[in-house]
Amino acid sequence: MDHPIKRDHARFRKIVKGKIRDNLRKYVSQGNQIIPKGTDKFTVPMPTIDIPRFRFGDKSQGGMGQGQGQPGDPVDGQQDPNGQPGQGEAGEGEGNKELEVELSLDELARILGDELELPNIEPKGKKSLKSTVDRYTNIGTTGPDSLRHLRRTYKQALKRQIATDSYDPENPAVIPIRRDFRYRSSDTKVEMQNAAVVIYMMDVSGSMGDEQKEIVRTESFWINLWLKSQYKDIEIRYIIHDATAKEVDEQTFFRTRESGGTLISSAYNLCKEIIEKDYNPNEWNIYPFHFSDGDNWSADDTKLCLELLDNVILPVSNVFCYGQVESRYGSGQFYKDLTGKYGTDTEKLILSKIKNKEGILDSIKEFLGKGK
Amino acid sequence: MNRSKPITGELLALKNEIEGYAIGYGLDFFPQVFEVCDYDTINILAAQGGFPSRYPHWKFGMDYDQLSKGYTYGLQKIYEMVINTNPCYAYLLQANNWVDQKIVMAHVYGHNDFFKNNAWFSNTNRKMMDVMANHGTKIRRYMERYGYDTVETFIDKVLSLENLLDINELFETSSLKRHRLELNQQQIVENEDDGYLIDDRSQALKSFMRTKARLNKKEEVKVDEEEYVAEKPLSHKTKDILGYLIQYAPIEEWQADIIGILREEAYYFLPQRMTKIMNEGWASYWHSTIMTQKALDASEIIDFADKHAGVMHMSKQNINPYKVGIELMRDIEYRWDRGMFGKEYNECTDMREKACWDTKLGKGKEKIFEVRKSHNDISFIDEFLTPDFCERQQLFTYKYNPRTGRFEIDSKDFQAIKQKLLSQLTNFGQPIIEVEDGNYMNRKELLLNHVHYGVDLDVGFANETLRNLFAIWRRPVNLKTRYEEKDVIFHFDGKEFRPHS
Repeated sequence: MDHPIKRDHARFRKIVKGKIRDNLRKYVSQGNQIIPKGTDKFTVPMPTIDIPRFRFGDKSQGGMGQGQGQPGDPVDGQQDPNGQPGQGEAGEGEGNKELEVELSLDELARILGDELELPNIEPKGKKSLKSTVDRYTNIGTTGPDSLRHLRRTYKQALKRQIATDSYDPENPAVIPIRRDFRYRSSDTKVEMQNAAVVIYMMDVSGSMGDEQKEIVRTESFWINLWLKSQYKDIEIRYIIHDATAKEVDEQTFFRTRESGGTLISSAYNLCKEIIEKDYNPNEWNIYPFHFSDGDNWSADDTKLCLELLDNVILPVSNVFCYGQVESRYGSGQFYKDLTGKYGTDTEKLILSKIKNKEGILDSIKEFLGKGK
Repeated sequence: MNRSKPITGELLALKNEIEGYAIGYGLDFFPQVFEVCDYDTINILAAQGGFPSRYPHWKFGMDYDQLSKGYTYGLQKIYEMVINTNPCYAYLLQANNWVDQKIVMAHVYGHNDFFKNNAWFSNTNRKMMDVMANHGTKIRRYMERYGYDTVETFIDKVLSLENLLDINELFETSSLKRHRLELNQQQIVENEDDGYLIDDRSQALKSFMRTKARLNKKEEVKVDEEEYVAEKPLSHKTKDILGYLIQYAPIEEWQADIIGILREEAYYFLPQRMTKIMNEGWASYWHSTIMTQKALDASEIIDFADKHAGVMHMSKQNINPYKVGIELMRDIEYRWDRGMFGKEYNECTDMREKACWDTKLGKGKEKIFEVRKSHNDISFIDEFLTPDFCERQQLFTYKYNPRTGRFEIDSKDFQAIKQKLLSQLTNFGQPIIEVEDGNYMNRKELLLNHVHYGVDLDVGFANETLRNLFAIWRRPVNLKTRYEEKDVIFHFDGKEFRPHS
């Protein structure tokens, strides 16, 4: 049997997620987002539930510190309840538990997966992508000292000493000489991998403002992070569109601000061309993502889009994801068009509405939560 | 299932060695038990306040969540846990390296000595391990009977009031109560002889209200406690709010029992909250002394210095109790060794003479042993903090500057620092809240009074806390306080939270 605290822990997780004890939800401290800071620093929020107590208002209280400085010098940021590693009983730490951590992207992806309870993706198709891996499975007679195989070296020395009759069982000293040295050496192996491609399409028409693009950028960052942790090799293609579509590099994708009308079909057409040209659906896991504010130019074009989805894109994709970002002109019609045709719960199509920055994590969970 | 096991072999030998040093220095401690465990177990223990078995509650899960995340992400690591019991249990992390284990053991003997000798711990229950386990069993049983959610929700409400304690209760032993009870009864007999009319009437009123309150209770509380209660009117002032609720709130017996359980646990931990600086200072003083004078191997000096420095690090944002504690202990030892106290020393105006002051008194050790026996953090700071010390330790106060939106250094003045430190320690850092009247406006409303010492309460939290209190008191609850320079009474009547002025 596991320790009873695991039950308390599970219960806490459920409360934080709002599954049970709804009345406590309001005490859960917010900040559910893992925020990138600089290159490899991230703030990892720790959800906590503050049991309400009579306590002092934070700001009027101030505090005490120790160190160099003159009156007027800032004491750096907020009060730091976690500033004390080392020994000690579990403290009475109060305050929000946001921690700054330096993490590798892999670790970050794992945290993201843990936090959002993302299932691992089950890749489709056979493993078709060749990649070579060096594995140290062989033994050689040359190599750097760091790879020296001690056991084999001594074995070799022992063999030689027995063969040359210089081994004395009374004084069993085995002394390797240069000739006895053995080293681990690598064999190159070919491994087959699942291949995946992500095709991002973004609406850059006049109605998509900077804030909307920022949302798309953040969201694609996390989606890339997760997919990269799931597939060893991943290709990413970027398409931007207003009334016409073109393929661009990553820089342009996030920077461009075009203006003009919106023909979503143009993007879907280009997406279709890219897939047909470069990615055989039998070998590739294909993930088209489309972000838009949902304002399509005409109903005819929407019809064309649905046809393209039906006939080409959906059949070849693992899953097609459409994220509708709310702009200052409100939320467009396209989401409704899609739900009207496919419903909200389909195998191949995932729809998500992103209201604002806070909605990003929920939206990622919607996209990736199915393990496709 | 045993998650921790007693130490054996080398560690046991190490324990005996360190224990020998501790005895040699005159430390006086409970029998010490060390156990080793892995990081997950130590996280569990830490989340449960050091105890292997507690009542079921999500808050332990929350602390566990944070500790294990902190450990996984490499942010923090617990080296040791020690709990105030007899025998004194301490847990060592299996993965600690040798010098860590030495430091921890030496540190633990300091804590153990402190637990045994400091006056504020004199009435704590040293069999708390069993008591906590029993509390767990009791609450689990209530959960089976009344439902998990019902009981948990009630615990949440009580936890909301858990910090409303009266430190004087620590010395309220049962023999003391019995004695007072006898005195009171004598008094009553004498009063009856005199037969004052006015007093009779109020007695009648009180007994009427008492029966009303009692009607709601299914079973009677223990007889002697009941008698004790009878002598205290509904309107008696107290800071022991949980104790007050047990007596007077219209609650079921199981609810009263749960409040009693949480109250007992809160009071158990209270002395530790009141002596954080002293306790850590004392333990650090001893790990440092034992290590540097006895236990340390020459090859371990760098590792020790590194670890010790980590524990002693200074922060601009808050006071490190380990650092301030150990430095103050050493300062006291130094001053009493050289006789740097008293009228003559204080009135000396020659700086140089003062700095070189040495009467060869040699009472440093004796003094710090005495200090660890009789002080708590407040009296410790109040009596021994000196301007020299503040300057040497680079202490300062800071406050929020609304203009820059940052916390900035406010003052390095001795009086300001001392004042700030004392106010932070007053009532173990919690606002002082007392019951003022249990029959406020003659409507059986509860009136709490916040004794305001310059810092306002957080109104959002006060609101939520009053809601929880209302759920227990079941009549409107009021909180008298000062907010933004104005006297105000916050009122919650079950629906609405609003201020009266």
